[in-house]
Amino acid sequence: MTEFILDGKPIPFLPGQTIGAALMSAGVTSWRTTRVEEMPRGMFCGIGICFDCLITVNGVPDQRACLTLAEEGADVHRS
Amino acid sequence: MSTDLESISSSSIVIVGAGPAGLAAASTLTAAGRPCVLIDMSVRPGGQFWRHPGTDLVLASKTKENQGHHHWSAFTQMRSQLEDAARSGLLDYRPGQQVWAIEQDADKHFLLYLTESVRSQGAPRPAPVAVSTLILATGAYDRQLPFPGWTLPGVMAAGGVQALLKSSRVPAGLRPVVAGTGPFLMPVAAGLARAGAEHIQVCDANSLTGWARDPWGAVQAPSKGLEGVEYAGSFLRHRVRMRMRTAVVAAMGDGRVEAVRLARLTRDGSVIQGSEWEIPADLVATGWGFTPSLELPLALGTATRVDTDGSLIVDADPDGRTSVPGLLAAGEIVGVAGAVQALTQGELAALAALSDSGASVSASRRRKLHSRSRRGARFARAMNKAAPVPQNWSSWLTDETIVCRCEEVTHGVLKQMPTDLDAQEPRTLRVAGRAGMGMCQGRVCGFAVSCLGHREGGDRVAELTSLGRRPVAAPVPLAEIAQTPSQLQISGTGAQ
Repeated sequence: MTEFILDGKPIPFLPGQTIGAALMSAGVTSWRTTRVEEMPRGMFCGIGICFDCLITVNGVPDQRACLTLAEEGADVHRS
Repeated sequence: MSTDLESISSSSIVIVGAGPAGLAAASTLTAAGRPCVLIDMSVRPGGQFWRHPGTDLVLASKTKENQGHHHWSAFTQMRSQLEDAARSGLLDYRPGQQVWAIEQDADKHFLLYLTESVRSQGAPRPAPVAVSTLILATGAYDRQLPFPGWTLPGVMAAGGVQALLKSSRVPAGLRPVVAGTGPFLMPVAAGLARAGAEHIQVCDANSLTGWARDPWGAVQAPSKGLEGVEYAGSFLRHRVRMRMRTAVVAAMGDGRVEAVRLARLTRDGSVIQGSEWEIPADLVATGWGFTPSLELPLALGTATRVDTDGSLIVDADPDGRTSVPGLLAAGEIVGVAGAVQALTQGELAALAALSDSGASVSASRRRKLHSRSRRGARFARAMNKAAPVPQNWSSWLTDETIVCRCEEVTHGVLKQMPTDLDAQEPRTLRVAGRAGMGMCQGRVCGFAVSCLGHREGGDRVAELTSLGRRPVAAPVPLAEIAQTPSQLQISGTGAQ
């Protein structure tokens, strides 16, 4: 089983799955907090248009989790 | 013109979008020996309709590549043809790229500024492309209506739920409510059932008897009827519960969806008093038809009109020619009508491009396509009549309901916008109220805000256009904007 790391916690994934799909599969439903009301957000549109699922991958901020492929050992952080 | 512009063959045609319409256009052009460039935001061709996993996941998940798909052989046939064309150099296929800005230069060339869909560190940015014939097939995304609780994790666009299943083989929930309106809710429920979800409820705000309003239109697309039969069988097997004239009027939960409130509706979408009840759910998949992706045609000043589903679409002739010479459009952006219709339109647009450049095109082939396209349009009209956005949907909102998810603008704030003559206009709600000014630039809330700001007698084309204009059509790092040496005026927000 391949894994990436979300804030220090290993998240398993199948090769070819997106980071968002792997997170949802692992029961993680939110990984971002909104600016104004500080509410949790995760995946909404699932196809790259809503920007709710933004996440930091290997130091690159604001990546769309629904489009970004999971990679072995990737260092992923909530934003 | 910028100095780093990529020169492509002067006879090349650029196609944006590799869904059914774009693929059909590319197949038609390359079959005629015409070089083309196919730009697509996804890493694999197929668009939303034929979204599928890569070979690695097909093997790892022990599923078939075409699981849950219709008309798959049409796709694989085009795919292998285009693979050959790419090998021979006739097709320049650009997966994983988005057009973030578009304009015309003094010579009427279309200049397309490109960026990677997923940024990678250190990768060179793609050079802009100039071309004189452009076919846009940019597709559509789920149309959304806000409701109390829709910002909770676990509320998702129905198309996004489908995308997760199709490309990653992950069900977004195991106790889902699929809600909104239209036939597209059925494949989403069927896909979730196959993936192991239970107690599935499908809530359509309209009634299936809506088909009776135009039965003749409904039978124009017989394959749709067969798909319906297939879903009926799957729903029986998986005990999927279909509810007509029912909507999800609220989602509740602590940090994520745990329950939803359902309500029975009158014909105009008002809640029937005392009909509300709550059920547990871990997923709400919602969709109210589709919104065509009009960023690029609007940026080029293309003439538009409002379709029978209330969406803003490109006003094109039966061959896909738009009001801008050299610009053709095909698929959902000329009217949401599904994949089969998009295939026909993609082929027609390609033939028009060939014919406009002096190539001879078979008249009988065009005639056949035109008649197929008219049948498809009739079916789409019947579908739109049967599955309208309910007139009174906004009566489900409370003052606290967030309308614009990005900027967290509530219905209450929008209602308090100054009530002088122009203040309730959608454009005012966007500029002064900041609804539709966030990261998604109104893609998600744009339709809803246009309804909330609609005034009696207001021009719907203008109202929808004011929320559909996006000078920056896809997110780009600010450095890329700064480095683009062109006459482009960046006046909006949305860049990262």
